[in-house]
Amino acid sequence: MRLKQGQFSYLPDLTEEEIAAQVRYAIDNGWGIGVEYTDDPHPRNDYWQMWGRPRWGLDDPQDVLTEMADCREANPHHYIAIRAYSNTRQRQGIMLDFIVHRPEHEPGFRLDRRSGPAARVDYELHSYATEKPHGERYGATRS
Amino acid sequence: MAGNDKPDRDFEAGVEPYRDMGYYSADYEPSDTDIIAAFRVTPQEGVPWEEAAGAVAGESSTATWTNVWTDLLTPSAEYKARAYAIEEVPGRDDQFITHVAYGLDLFEEHSIANLTSSIIGNVFGFKALKALRLEDMLIPLAYMKTFPGPPHGIQDERDKLRKWGRPLLGATTKPKLGLSARNYGKVVYEALRGGLDFTKDDENINSQPFMRWRERFEHVIEAVNAASEATGEAKGHYLNCTAATMEEMYERAEFAKEIGSPIIMIDLTVGYTAIHSMSNWARANGLLLHLHRAGHSTYTRQKDHGVNFRVIAKWARMMGVDHIHAGTVVGKLEGDANITYGYYDTCREYYQKRDLTRGIHFDQDWGGLRGVMPVASGGIHAGQMHELVYHLGEDVVLQFGGGTLGHPMGIAAGATANRVGLEAMIKARNEGRDLMEEGLDILKDTAKRSRELEAALDTWGDVTFEYESTDTPDYADESS
Repeated sequence: MRLKQGQFSYLPDLTEEEIAAQVRYAIDNGWGIGVEYTDDPHPRNDYWQMWGRPRWGLDDPQDVLTEMADCREANPHHYIAIRAYSNTRQRQGIMLDFIVHRPEHEPGFRLDRRSGPAARVDYELHSYATEKPHGERYGATRS
Repeated sequence: MAGNDKPDRDFEAGVEPYRDMGYYSADYEPSDTDIIAAFRVTPQEGVPWEEAAGAVAGESSTATWTNVWTDLLTPSAEYKARAYAIEEVPGRDDQFITHVAYGLDLFEEHSIANLTSSIIGNVFGFKALKALRLEDMLIPLAYMKTFPGPPHGIQDERDKLRKWGRPLLGATTKPKLGLSARNYGKVVYEALRGGLDFTKDDENINSQPFMRWRERFEHVIEAVNAASEATGEAKGHYLNCTAATMEEMYERAEFAKEIGSPIIMIDLTVGYTAIHSMSNWARANGLLLHLHRAGHSTYTRQKDHGVNFRVIAKWARMMGVDHIHAGTVVGKLEGDANITYGYYDTCREYYQKRDLTRGIHFDQDWGGLRGVMPVASGGIHAGQMHELVYHLGEDVVLQFGGGTLGHPMGIAAGATANRVGLEAMIKARNEGRDLMEEGLDILKDTAKRSRELEAALDTWGDVTFEYESTDTPDYADESS
């Protein structure tokens, strides 16, 4: 399955040039821009790992693209996203979020249903990726 | 308000003009804690403007039609509302805008019910006025801070759903009445797996003989979870908990919580007190609260009489809802562009400046109350995506009901068309492209790689609703 998270999952994968244009937009807005990655794409997995830290005051989107390339080199089988952080009052959060790299095989999810009392069903979304221990989920991570 | 003056004369029985009773005072200077209302007043012929303005202030505060000696038992100067400003309305010689100031002590803390019983109470039926409209209100910080505001607000909603940087997409399940629960859930599943973030009960779906609420909730939550499995993203459906009594609303909301729904819904028709109670419930239980503005057009649409929707939106944010329907600009329902911008500002901004081109009469400091996510719904489709993003920005839920369910290739395809169109527009906006100039071309270009979007544009591309709005600003926006 193709994971449908982030702003542009219904579009073809963005080219480097298109990614640079989005990063430029974040730079122009004064947001901090970072690269984040995960091997557990569960929709409730709040905290992807940060690759280094978000950067503010960049001049050139290329700096972010270099970070992205380094992250991909080290984690070729992970999901990698670019995320931009705002400090605007009460919008102290993510303003830009799109996937820039996916594992070759995206195993997706299984919905577990458990029958409960009063004809109720309890649901749990199971991420196939998490069946393996952290770090071994989409093939080995290069260190 | 003015100081606590000692009575300087004995009671005189009889009727006095309102302006002589102190309800109109041109030199009154409002204090920082006064609540101020802007009324559009159309007096009966022969009634002087100052007297009409004084009557509005009097009838919405302490006055009755004749003098009563019991006034002398109160610090009445302090409790009288005062009309103090009269502004002409361009192009109309039969009406004016007046500002009326009310002292803070006239109102119970955090009670929209109490506020409205005064300010839109008896005064709207007052015979000396042909028509009366509440256009806007300034809520002083001292009063604003007694209200809780939205249970979650825009950023927390995004963080809960983990969806950032683009409008959310929704659809109302159609036909709005008559589907059985299983078929209803099927529509929800198809729309969500196709790419929408939310689906929604219609305002009049409660618990009818063709579909009782509990069976709807069960089928819908199956659909929501199955769509999450198919896409790997969070999904939701606004479960309408509107019912005849608070007890039944709480029962439905509790069940929605138990089965894991992220959001519930109520209609404006339940009333201010019920909205406030459901807001408290939503805050305590961590569910988002969607408000459908059912019924509002009966009193918001006509320019001369009623309550402007921006005031309803303001009250809704104060009582505390996370979503409110606020217009589309381009869809099938009433909505001048500038007036709609004013509604959206009222939902989302933390400080509003007076701007009569948007119908905003006062500077309003929201005092940290969170923003409400506006919802655009009613006759919108993928072919308008560039206009919707241009007019409404990204903190909005765009709801395509017919524009999803009526797609020739099916419901999921309709949802995908909307999602592809939206993502293409956001990407283009971020790239600095001019959506009003190039948007339609970008959509058509995107459609070359999306059969779903192509079919949507072929079906609805030229559908527009170009009717004149009944509610327009008094002042034109010179910048456009």
